[in-house]
Amino acid sequence: MRFYEFESKQILKKAGIPLPKSHFCKTADQAAAAAFEIAGPVVIKSQVLSGGRMKAGGVKFADSPGEAAEHARAILALPINGLMPVGVLVEEKRAIAQEYFAAVTWDGRAKKAVIIFSDMGGIDIEEIAEKHPEHLSRTHFSASRPFSDYIAKNAVAGVGVTGNDLNALTRIVAGLARTFLDRDMTLAEINPIGKLEDGSIIALDAHMDMESEAARQHLDLLKELGVGPEEKRQARPPTQFEIDAEKVDSADTRGVAGNLTEFDGNLGLIIGAGGGSLTLFDAVRAAGGRPANYCEIGGNPSVSKAANLTKLICAQPGVEKIAVMMNVVSNTRVDIVARGVVKGCIEAGFDPAEKIAIFRIPGSWEDEGFAILKKYGVPYVDRTVSMDEAARMAVENTKKKA
Amino acid sequence: MSILVDKDTTFIIQGITGREAVTMARECLDYGAKLLGGVTPGRKGREVHGLPVEDNVLAFTSRTRVDAAVVSVPPGFAADAVLEAIDAGIKLIVCVTERIPRKQVAQFVEYAAEKGTRIIGPNCLGVISPGKTRVGGIGGAAESTRRAFKPGKIGVMSRSGGMTVEIANSLSEAGLGVSTAVSIGGDAIIGSTYAELMPLFDADPETEGIAIYSEPGGRAEYELADYMARSGSKKPIIAFMAGRFMDEMPGMRFGHAGTIVEGRADTTASKIANLTAAGITVAEKIGDIPRLLNERLGK
Amino acid sequence: MAMFIRVDIDPSVQQDPALGKRIAEVCPVDIFKVADNRLETVEANLDECTLCDLCTIAAPGKVTVVKLYR
Repeated sequence: MRFYEFESKQILKKAGIPLPKSHFCKTADQAAAAAFEIAGPVVIKSQVLSGGRMKAGGVKFADSPGEAAEHARAILALPINGLMPVGVLVEEKRAIAQEYFAAVTWDGRAKKAVIIFSDMGGIDIEEIAEKHPEHLSRTHFSASRPFSDYIAKNAVAGVGVTGNDLNALTRIVAGLARTFLDRDMTLAEINPIGKLEDGSIIALDAHMDMESEAARQHLDLLKELGVGPEEKRQARPPTQFEIDAEKVDSADTRGVAGNLTEFDGNLGLIIGAGGGSLTLFDAVRAAGGRPANYCEIGGNPSVSKAANLTKLICAQPGVEKIAVMMNVVSNTRVDIVARGVVKGCIEAGFDPAEKIAIFRIPGSWEDEGFAILKKYGVPYVDRTVSMDEAARMAVENTKKKA
Repeated sequence: MSILVDKDTTFIIQGITGREAVTMARECLDYGAKLLGGVTPGRKGREVHGLPVEDNVLAFTSRTRVDAAVVSVPPGFAADAVLEAIDAGIKLIVCVTERIPRKQVAQFVEYAAEKGTRIIGPNCLGVISPGKTRVGGIGGAAESTRRAFKPGKIGVMSRSGGMTVEIANSLSEAGLGVSTAVSIGGDAIIGSTYAELMPLFDADPETEGIAIYSEPGGRAEYELADYMARSGSKKPIIAFMAGRFMDEMPGMRFGHAGTIVEGRADTTASKIANLTAAGITVAEKIGDIPRLLNERLGK
Repeated sequence: MAMFIRVDIDPSVQQDPALGKRIAEVCPVDIFKVADNRLETVEANLDECTLCDLCTIAAPGKVTVVKLYR
């Protein structure tokens, strides 16, 4: 669950972290009014869930309300990496003497939370890590014990900061770390933190990501921010195909048949489960195939659920054939999936023998499953044929053209 | 020998009356595993496949030896169940539950480390030593499990439960067989990583080589490469890296909770280079694993 | 329209409403329903049959599950 910059800053504000004056605006008129209220130079920033805003022209500076309105109008109409902004943030422009970077995230290797801090803010943190490792500190901390300020202090002092700056930055980083823990974030980042010419230190840009699995525990915050419970906030908005697949999956609680991502190819994929889907998608591409979609089936979905997903994929323009493939299955049943895909093909008006390029799901109840496939003339292979070989056969069969 | 579990391993299932757990209990019993019973609060006195159901873990640990616990409860109750098992003195906990927020996972993993308890998972299928026992639903019905997991000499570790079975099956078909297979879990934070399990495989005379299934996201592969350099481990490892297509799609989540490319180090390309440099053979195709193992074993 | 499974109910079941009710209850995928004291199959659910045999165990010889693909 990614937050927009203006939402992330609201969260920071609640943590007592100092911020520049700003207003979230949805129209050019609102932007003009905001700039008037700020009464000084402003920066207008696209509110979009994508990096690279500056390069894409999504960040502009203005000296007057009129100029602010003009920039806001342009930015509101400007897609960035295919995403339209939900508004602009009009913020007072401050002269910056020094920039810092602070992020809190999880380190799966240490199995702890970690503060990453640098006195080289504003640039790509991976670049700092590679070229200037002495300007970056990593400070792990426990998620079990209450957070204590010294941990933030160690992170800041770790790159050689001292004096008043150390104390001001410690407060900001400690607030960030507490918010990270309290709100089940997977990432809480301020980049840059700016030291102004008057010596005060404020958060200039922020990026927060809440764990979707924990979102239910933070409905109070989400409500306050105006985030709807249905909002997924993926890296790109879902297509109609993906929304329809999500409906197929949520309409029936028996097993999974969804997590679909659309691609621009001719071979529809009905694949599973988590790791099997990743493996098979690669295998199809390695064999020169062009997948029309990624998806995941597993957890023993019902016949109707598998049939509905099949129908949806078959109906997709450009899909010539479909491949039904999984790793050796334990709890998903071969015969149930076989019934589902055969039924889905027929209900979509296709002959399963023609439409299904290959069926490769070995495992539980495979004898019953193979009997069904045989009856309907569907090409199938058993566990002696590897996943890559099955993917290659699917691609070959699709080239023959339906 | 085997790692983590053997034919005498006794265990309970927390959440045994749940839909998936009832099936898992049946499958474990049919396989010959020493399942003692299970826990579901408020259901004391019930039976599942003739085994007792108790209200708490202590009801078992206070009267008998319990080597392991499988946690199969909904995500909102999973952390509590794990802590209960740790405090009851159980030393191996297999956490099957998916979708536990990582803060809770970090908390119980830290507590387990303090108490000397090993955690496998979350979001895994469990551990199996073919012909000896299985702890968890790995492999499904006993008969299909016996078919996919033949006793043998290859250790398996996998971030995907399903792919654990797929790889084991290919090793069984190729006549190599499996010593112990561990479905380590697909989450961003897990109790036992490749590098943490490797010393056990290194010490196991039955294990001659290791097969690993891996994915984008996280740093577990780097940790494994470091272990190989540090330990001087001589057992050949064949790794397979799925999700290569994800390198082109940063920020998109496919598959498990732990699979997301957030930075260069999370990409498969970077991980493959790192594993290769550590002397680990990376299979281009999943079906190549048995052949590559045979080559590395000098056969 | 069911494509894979047909379930035949012996006419004698209709003389025994208690048996009909029991058959309907054991099915995990709701293939049976009791209407006007008569046991009927639910067309939309037939293909969901998991071949679990619970119905044939509940009423030996009185319910037959036919695999149309065999």
